[in-house]
Amino acid sequence: MVAAVLPEKFRTWFTSRGWAPRPHQLELIDHLSRGHSTLLIAPTGAGKTLAGFLPSLVELDRSGKRKPGAADNGIHTLYISPLKALAVDIARNLEAPVTEMDLPVRLETRTGDTPSHKRQRQKLNPPDILLTTPEQIALLLSDPASARLFASLRTVILDELHALVTSKRGDLLALGLARLRRLAPRLRTIGLSATVAEPDDLRAYLVDQPDTEARALSHLVQVSGGAQPDITILDSEERLPWSGHSSRYAIGDIYDLIKKHNVSLLFVNTRSQAEMVFQELWRINDETLPIALHHGSLDVGQRRKVEAAMAAGSLRAVVATSSLDMGIDWGDIDLVINIGAPKGASRLAQRIGRANHRMDEPSRAVLVPANRFEVLECQAALSASRRGEQDTPPLRNGALDVLAQHLLGLACADPLDALATYEEIRSSQTYRYLDWEAFEKVLDFVGTGGYALKTYEQYAKLRKGKDGLWRIAHPKIAQQYRLNVGTIVEAPMLKVRLVKSKADGRRTPVGRGGRMLGEIEEYFIEQLAPGDTFLFGGEVLRFEAIRESEAYVSRAKTDNPMIPSYMGGKFPLSTYLAASVRAMLADPESWKELPDQVRDWLEIQREKSVLPRKDGLLVETFPRANKHYMVCYPFEGRLAHQTLGMLLTKRLERMGAQPMGFVANDYALAVWGLRDLSSLFSSGRIPLDELFEQDILGDDLDAWLAGSSLMKRTFRNCAVIAGLIERRHPGKEKTGRQVTVSSDLIYDVLRAHEPDHILLKATWNDAAEGLLDISRLGELLARIKGRITHTGLPHVSPLAVPILLEIGKEPVYGEAMDTILEEAAQELVLEALE
Amino acid sequence: MSVLRSHLRNYTAAPVCHDIPINGQLLGLHDSGVLWWPDENTLVVSDLHLEKASSYARRGVMLPPYDTGVTLEKLAGVMDAFDPARVICLGDSFHDSKGSDRLPAPYRAMLTTLQLGREWIWVTGNHDPVAPVRLCGETVDEVSFGPLSFRHEPIEKIGSQEALGEICGHLHPAARVRRFGRSIRRSCFATDGTRLVLPAFGALTGGLNVTDEAYSMIFRRRQFSVFLLGNDRLYPFTASRLVGD
Repeated sequence: MVAAVLPEKFRTWFTSRGWAPRPHQLELIDHLSRGHSTLLIAPTGAGKTLAGFLPSLVELDRSGKRKPGAADNGIHTLYISPLKALAVDIARNLEAPVTEMDLPVRLETRTGDTPSHKRQRQKLNPPDILLTTPEQIALLLSDPASARLFASLRTVILDELHALVTSKRGDLLALGLARLRRLAPRLRTIGLSATVAEPDDLRAYLVDQPDTEARALSHLVQVSGGAQPDITILDSEERLPWSGHSSRYAIGDIYDLIKKHNVSLLFVNTRSQAEMVFQELWRINDETLPIALHHGSLDVGQRRKVEAAMAAGSLRAVVATSSLDMGIDWGDIDLVINIGAPKGASRLAQRIGRANHRMDEPSRAVLVPANRFEVLECQAALSASRRGEQDTPPLRNGALDVLAQHLLGLACADPLDALATYEEIRSSQTYRYLDWEAFEKVLDFVGTGGYALKTYEQYAKLRKGKDGLWRIAHPKIAQQYRLNVGTIVEAPMLKVRLVKSKADGRRTPVGRGGRMLGEIEEYFIEQLAPGDTFLFGGEVLRFEAIRESEAYVSRAKTDNPMIPSYMGGKFPLSTYLAASVRAMLADPESWKELPDQVRDWLEIQREKSVLPRKDGLLVETFPRANKHYMVCYPFEGRLAHQTLGMLLTKRLERMGAQPMGFVANDYALAVWGLRDLSSLFSSGRIPLDELFEQDILGDDLDAWLAGSSLMKRTFRNCAVIAGLIERRHPGKEKTGRQVTVSSDLIYDVLRAHEPDHILLKATWNDAAEGLLDISRLGELLARIKGRITHTGLPHVSPLAVPILLEIGKEPVYGEAMDTILEEAAQELVLEALE
Repeated sequence: MSVLRSHLRNYTAAPVCHDIPINGQLLGLHDSGVLWWPDENTLVVSDLHLEKASSYARRGVMLPPYDTGVTLEKLAGVMDAFDPARVICLGDSFHDSKGSDRLPAPYRAMLTTLQLGREWIWVTGNHDPVAPVRLCGETVDEVSFGPLSFRHEPIEKIGSQEALGEICGHLHPAARVRRFGRSIRRSCFATDGTRLVLPAFGALTGGLNVTDEAYSMIFRRRQFSVFLLGNDRLYPFTASRLVGD
């Protein structure tokens, strides 16, 4: 087979490197030569990227050097990666084979950082291989030159496909692919992916879908295994915390692990965890090991320095968030330490894959649970890893706001035929189920805002010509589109600048000119008062003031900052792990593998209360300090629990139980109030089945959503992506924030006057899937129907301790905003009377 | 029946206001964001920004075209409650100079109905420096009644004679209160007892935090009070209790 598919030149090159072509690399060349789109699933270190490029390199070599006159031939191969750094990295790695074999191939990158003269040149004189990102594809497709540019396109390589398809960027890319297929009908796609739960989803994503029930799939090349990773759960002598996410108890153990290995990569779930772990490690770093910090909010220069030091092998450990999750080769890491809960089996597998890029040697990883529940979660993830099971999320349905953006882009390139475009869009797996009515509404939205009140016809962005085609009304609209392209809406950020402290309490302006430390979310700074301290960039900082778009901070003299509470983990517990944890709790036989402390904890729970059943719901009630608590254990992740908590308090209020607030984490939910919940439940005055009835997702949900800030934030993102409000551009912002129209106000007006508007539908879809996790909540309510166990207890149960400890650390919900104002005003009255 | 209704209305005619003295006049602040001057039977409202959405739509930003309706409905409710003899709109009544021309017919009719039988004064603002077209009312740059003067933009001098008794808008005052680690931001009235800034009344109008530099031109730092608009009441705070954005 080698001889058949791989030209002599390539075989010699492999031999000169001391390599042999791997079977999957040859298989891919073979598939492509037959015109088959193909998905390659392989573990890290299997030569996946080279496999993706080989077919193109071989083809380009065969077709020989382009003649000078044919310079405007167009692109042969597109490589699309979720990270621009990855595209640049891959381009660098490809240079070696291209030069060494003297291939007649020109390859270039195109990202947001590419200078405009180079971009211009790329359009006139395109390279053979272009390495780029989904956003750049969208931009290129909105150009009138796109038809010429892509007419001879033969291959599209999609790297890290498993990561791309789970987001709106994946939607944007799906739409781009549909257009590319129409421009270049002979196009073949290659998907490169880590192991996923449902390979067929990705296979369908890669190809044209027919207008029938059956789903078309690409070919599949799967490289099995690699060596089983060697994963253990940290066995600490220290006392396991009941709650929290800090893992501070295990810092000594973690430091010992770093000492015993050459290079360790420490993964945490949130930025604040990263800051905390980094600071704690340096506190005990007696040997002054080079330990660095890497997260998305740090200054770019700072991050690049860490990455370079890592690649050069001059670091012993890096504490990182998911900003390091993907792709780029970090050299010889021999240990991955995952701090906190893994949240998903596949997520853990991908993180562990960062260690040891040679697939035949086992990766070594240590899991460090931050609290007792996380021990159970780590154990479940460990078992999943042993069985090789995956829990990547299912394929999503394409978002409507992304579609709106795409339609405007298409119209910028060429007059748009509504019906043909609809068919084109439905040929992608992601938008297959889009109905004509929704499509028309989105098109109407793009043109005039899509309002029932037709007052904007005169200002329309799209106009229908006599030929029935839609055109943009003005070239300015294409300009607007280009500024707005993309699906990533950053939370508004403030730059963090270091200044001299004015801690003397006088309100004089703080001096300028300090060093820039990075960026921080505006909403976080809003919570701080001048004088508050927090961790950032490995330092304890004191918040001084906000000036325009900068947060002024000074070095604090304390060691104990007020650490921001970032609501536990960023990612909710996967359904798969949740089910495993429930199964483990219900089966005392399986506790043998757990640490003694955790086993004892569960034993006492069994004695004092009851254990949650595998498919039921345990509800405990007990009094404590003049209040009555209800704690339940759905194990469906923090988002679903928050939604449930909000709905339950509403319903309890209506049933007269006077709830006061609730708090939720990944495992449990606690609601408290003034009335005796034990007797209300056991006497049947509040029937639990009714409390947890599925209809809670109806009116109550609607009523709550009306004012929910979660919904408003989601709406803002949709409105930006869809182009209803203009994206904020760093540096170009007007000062004085009253100038921009608040998306909250738009949301309120729209909700009151046009509740069926397409953008509200998009917002609802987003929220249901993401922030509110409504689908999961629905499944929970269905699962526990008729299986709710209530236990009235004299005091708090062992299992309830963790969630009760979170009260005060996590935001508490359920108080009306006006109550807070009233109390604050009241306090003032008291002060005045004193 | 109608006799009864009008009797009831007279009976409940004065909605609950927060009364404060400005330059010797007792004025009522209402949680809708309007000012009520009972002695003169005068209602003052600022920064309606009518036709703001359509103003954006002209530039291709298709904001929901319902803001004018929302604002006028709310204004109608207030007019119904106070039944003023005189109405002063404190400027930026329309989002741009062409706004009154664009005003859709049903809204024009609605506004005209509100104007019937009342003295109606349009004070010009930076957004609407010209008189509105095809609408009743008198257009002025500023106007005084007794010890109070009404203009859109405050005079940027603290403690000056002109600033005494000044009622103005323009700044869209908003304030943020923090408690239990959460903060709440609302539109508000802002006053130091000599002058008063009204909140913006329009549906799509944002607010500028009173800790912003802009306010240091009209109030001594931290020596003023705000009245946050709440549900059915106002919440007073002194400036020292407020936080920035």
